[in-house]
Amino acid sequence: MIDFGYGISPSSAINLERFDRARFDRLCAEEPDVLKCMACGSCAASCPTAGHGNMNLRKVILLLGRGCDSDALAMTRSCMLCGKCLLVCPRGINTRHLILSINKIYK
Amino acid sequence: MNYEGKKKIWSEFQKEIPDDKYFYARSCIRQNFNPGAEQAFLDIVRNRFGKDFYEDPLHTTCGGIAYHSDTTPEETSMTIIARQFSLMNQAGYRNFVVSCVTSFGLHSEILQTWEEHPEIEEKIHELLWKACRREFTKPDFLMHSSDMMYHYRFLISEQAKYPLINVRTGEPLKVVEHIGCHYSKIFPSKSVGGAEYPRVLAGLVEALGGSVVDYPERRHCCGFGFRQYLVKANRGYSLTNTYKKFESMEPFHPDLIITNCPGCNYFLDRWQYVIAETTGKTYGDTPGYGIPVLSSEEVAALVMGYDPWDLGLQMHQVAVEPLLDKMGVQYDKSAKYKGPGGKDLGVPVSPANIRIF
Repeated sequence: MIDFGYGISPSSAINLERFDRARFDRLCAEEPDVLKCMACGSCAASCPTAGHGNMNLRKVILLLGRGCDSDALAMTRSCMLCGKCLLVCPRGINTRHLILSINKIYK
Repeated sequence: MNYEGKKKIWSEFQKEIPDDKYFYARSCIRQNFNPGAEQAFLDIVRNRFGKDFYEDPLHTTCGGIAYHSDTTPEETSMTIIARQFSLMNQAGYRNFVVSCVTSFGLHSEILQTWEEHPEIEEKIHELLWKACRREFTKPDFLMHSSDMMYHYRFLISEQAKYPLINVRTGEPLKVVEHIGCHYSKIFPSKSVGGAEYPRVLAGLVEALGGSVVDYPERRHCCGFGFRQYLVKANRGYSLTNTYKKFESMEPFHPDLIITNCPGCNYFLDRWQYVIAETTGKTYGDTPGYGIPVLSSEEVAALVMGYDPWDLGLQMHQVAVEPLLDKMGVQYDKSAKYKGPGGKDLGVPVSPANIRIF
């Protein structure tokens, strides 16, 4: 084999057929509001952990939907459950309860 | 279904292609890597179809590679292209044919910019006059060489000696058609079929007897780009794009890849060597040889009976012999590495994982 000094990058494509949706389905059943999220990012913009944590609820929901569970859970560890995201959510999602449910289902 | 509405929508994706009197601008990449393709293209249009196809020896590159690599400003390319238009005016032509897809995209971009910003066009008139005392008017029609092949597809089919049929099975050859991004993704209305359903190569393949492979990554970029391959740190990105396409098309067992872009043609061909040498994997149903990648003009010329070695098919990385055998093309195996007058060009070193004949 020849080393050309560059190579093929591993694919970042996500095959939704291959990941186990059981936990995400359970989350949707227990927290139907998760499907209301329109990914506006108000939660992330108002999060006081910005700058010293990587909590981003918009991204957590996106990652869980894509089957990237461990990345999503790592984000929720910065959450202080202050509830500011709950106050700004334009869809009225109980975000604090949602985060608790995520940690309960994906523990 | 509302067929009238559908017809109206499709009418927006048709392209008017004039039938004669063309002015030709060559491609830098193709001239270097596959010079036979352009020679065959000119020969087909001029001598087989009897059309007036003028090429001015004073024309130059369009500057597209430098522009897309961010090394020259757009005004430089505008002035170069204005000079090409000036040469066209001088020779008395109004229909401008571009050989390269990048160049076609750049010409379209510049004409659109001038349409929306007449003051820029005025500035280019001044710059061209200062640079070489020339004046220009814009062409009536701008076409890519694959537009011409599409326009003449039934004429090519009438003169077909070796249609895209597998002579062993009688089945149509399975052809992957790859459209260069700058052909239809920048200005869909300037292409045949638009960006989502470009018809320019699919129409040609079907007219020549082949069947088009519809695979998931069909419209994915080949990864060529400019900074992607010019900067070594980015080159893996280019390679990965091509790899993604090959992985996607592999289950469909294509016999041939046809492209309309010199850059796509080069990289879909050469990256097969790099993929083979880094992973040991080759594609296609002839183990160890890969999938031949040809331009629309090369395919048309091959179908019309041109000698594959006169066409310069030995300049491709992937060996074309398995394809020639499937099509039933008669060729002299010993003449592959012979130049004009029988001059010996030397046999290239065979790579470890992708074989050559």
